[in-house]
Amino acid sequence: MKAEEIIRSIEAEHLKDKVPTIHVGDLIRVGIRIQEGGKERVQPYEGTVIAKRNGGLNETITVRRIFQGVGVERVFLLHSPRVANIKIIRRGKVRRAKLYYLRDRVGKATRIKQRFDRSLEG
Amino acid sequence: MGAAFSVPAGGLVYSPPKCCLEKERAKPVSIGILGTKLGMTQIFDQEKGIAIPVTVIEAGPCTITQIKTEPTDGYSSVQLGYKAVKEKALNKPLLGHLAKAGASPLRHLKEYRVPDTSDFELGQDIKVDIFSPGQLVDISGNSIGRGFAGYQKRHNFRRGQMTHGSKSHRLPGSTGPGTTPGRIFPGKKMAGRYGGKTITVRKLTVVSVDTERNVLLVKGSIPGKTGNLLNIRPTNTVGAKS
Repeated sequence: MKAEEIIRSIEAEHLKDKVPTIHVGDLIRVGIRIQEGGKERVQPYEGTVIAKRNGGLNETITVRRIFQGVGVERVFLLHSPRVANIKIIRRGKVRRAKLYYLRDRVGKATRIKQRFDRSLEG
Repeated sequence: MGAAFSVPAGGLVYSPPKCCLEKERAKPVSIGILGTKLGMTQIFDQEKGIAIPVTVIEAGPCTITQIKTEPTDGYSSVQLGYKAVKEKALNKPLLGHLAKAGASPLRHLKEYRVPDTSDFELGQDIKVDIFSPGQLVDISGNSIGRGFAGYQKRHNFRRGQMTHGSKSHRLPGSTGPGTTPGRIFPGKKMAGRYGGKTITVRKLTVVSVDTERNVLLVKGSIPGKTGNLLNIRPTNTVGAKS
């Protein structure tokens, strides 16, 4: 076996079977597993996907939301065991791969047009 | 004639002091293995949910090509051969040496000092199963050669101003005092060949061992590029008790 094949097969063991198709501009809800005093619970985090990076096992998404008037961006490794589930709430229509321009905008200007040709499942 | 000193009944026997005995024990106990760097990736610890950066190494199987013992060679060690090649790639003396062990033509030979060679026999295969997950290993390999590198790349010097009339862009600055001593002190950091040397990274954790594919996963990075020859051995702890 070639080096690349071996590395891919090692990564394949850690890949999740079902990760929904996420596009930049979508409004999503991520369930994050959190350990709290020996107990585990799933905490939701809702926001707009402003960037996607890498592929395969290392694929990440950057999710931005405004929390108490402060912009918060979190990066999630899609295949991480800490990411319990991802639910797509709304598909967005955008013309950029990276929505970093949203960082400079507040309020109404951060709205993203909804698109209806993509299903919310998968 | 009174005996000025008495000789014990069994004759004079040299008994080494205790500290020397301990040193004897601190010698590396087990042998290592040769391997090839395949590249890096990251995997997840499913329990903790942490991403672990790992280097994928194809290690072995290595054939024992020679066993050196105290009476014949003055020290005891095991010589391993790695990476099968075509017969025409090797010269006759090497082929003859390998034929003694009944080994196929092998590219790389490497010796490992062991205190006791009785566990090993000629022609025996050494595989990755000599390591176990969680074990600490030392890995040596040739680092990436950077050729004749300047001050910034080789010694992390700060660079000079690029503009405002400055011409001291990537120059070293002062290299020392003037007429006294009238020379540059030895060891002054200067430009020169950088990289392409054997580097050892110590105490890397083995994450997993795949005996079927002869693959080791080691946490962290390792010298050299993909395809680099590596020497993997259990970590050498000074003063360790075996």
